[in-house]
Amino acid sequence: MKSQGKDILSSERFRLTLRRLAHQIIENYPDLSDVHIVGIQESGVHFSQRMVEELRQVSSAQTVHHGKLDISFFRDDYHLRTDPIEVKPTELPFDVEGKRILLLDDVLYTGRTVHAAMTALLHFGRPRSIELMVLVDRRFNRHFPIRPDYTGITVDALDNAYVRVEWAEESGVDRIRMFASDS
Amino acid sequence: MARLSTDHLLGIQPLTADDIELIFRTADEFKAVLQRPIKKVPSLRDITVANLFFENSTRTRLSFELAEKRLSADVINFSASTSSVKKGESLLDTVKNILSMKVDMIVLRHPEPGAPHFLSRYIDARIINAGDGTHEHPTQALLDAYTLREVFGTLQGRKIAIVGDIRHSRVALSNIYCLQKLGAEIMVVGPPTLIPPTIEALGVRVSYRLREALEWADAANVLRIQLERQRVRYIPSLREYARYFGISRATLDALQSPPIIMHPGPINRGIELDSDVADSSASVILQQVENGVAIRMAVLFLLAQKIRQSV
Repeated sequence: MKSQGKDILSSERFRLTLRRLAHQIIENYPDLSDVHIVGIQESGVHFSQRMVEELRQVSSAQTVHHGKLDISFFRDDYHLRTDPIEVKPTELPFDVEGKRILLLDDVLYTGRTVHAAMTALLHFGRPRSIELMVLVDRRFNRHFPIRPDYTGITVDALDNAYVRVEWAEESGVDRIRMFASDS
Repeated sequence: MARLSTDHLLGIQPLTADDIELIFRTADEFKAVLQRPIKKVPSLRDITVANLFFENSTRTRLSFELAEKRLSADVINFSASTSSVKKGESLLDTVKNILSMKVDMIVLRHPEPGAPHFLSRYIDARIINAGDGTHEHPTQALLDAYTLREVFGTLQGRKIAIVGDIRHSRVALSNIYCLQKLGAEIMVVGPPTLIPPTIEALGVRVSYRLREALEWADAANVLRIQLERQRVRYIPSLREYARYFGISRATLDALQSPPIIMHPGPINRGIELDSDVADSSASVILQQVENGVAIRMAVLFLLAQKIRQSV
């Protein structure tokens, strides 16, 4: 039987966390037009859209460069997965060459998604730098030497636990939930 | 959900409309990849594909090979004219020998209808039919329908004429299956000797007058006269065929709303299509060729998902 999930970030704290992360971006990019936000399909795309809204609210920036990246064709576990991969659009409305890229994903766990995203991004050109922002950093069971530059919350959970970010656009409420193993 | 219902692409007939839509959605993304500075993705880097061509082909073989290379697969090519088939080896022996070199997928073109179906019963590799005699040519039908979907948005309710040598055409049969599954209406048109007498059983309209079909159609898929498959003379002369079934600028100008012109290639210029049509803005022939690579990448990508799973 699937266990009941528990909230590890309520909607009130969720809002504060998004705002803090937006301020951290502003702190590191005095000129906001330098940063190019790229959400990883598809959960990272919700995150990036919200971050772009947040940045517009807390700064006077008119334009915040942003796009979305699909990594289906770049996954290293393509043949090992039992669940099928649904390919999603990639939209990068700017030239990656020489730009400062900020990759966004909701949960960082093994690091394989971020690794694939960097491989995918490099197919569009040579960015000046790539930084990583995640809403949830699951510190244990990392497979690659990848660490986030900006973190919403850090979660120490067992390997068989499952962390899910829920967005108001989809489920009606912003929150982060954790589920124990379902086996 | 997002997975093909079949383990091979033997034809269009066994596919569902959902399969075809999945192939199209995946091809959309590959088409975007082909516009990028680096037109290559690492998806199939641990896959080996053998292109086995027991019959001549330029476009299809190049298109498959390019699709495989852009997916980072290892590719080996085989053509019957330069192989041991000439020394009398059977199809199954040839393929088993190739598979023992650890090949994961086979793209097969063969003059005998059903050759890929036969192989699929004996060997453990994903098989893509790249044309089996007069039976099916599924990737051609997929890229034709995909091109029409780009032009019209949807094929639901669209009217498509297939013109020419229907009897010997695997493109015609695969097109009929594919377009019907996507909701289009089909009319076949050509000389009575080149239209199979029972073709109405497939739910298509039949016409023997080109003008009537072109007036009716939103798009016309014009086929090549396949002289190499005609064992008896089905038409009095090519000149007569061109006179009654060839499409020229004047043919289109006489119509109220001329259809979009497609052709699977290679074109016999001056017979089924005149240059002033083939090279005009009414033609989407080169768009078809461009889409061919994206469609074949999508098919290879989706079938590769079936490799480990079946072991």
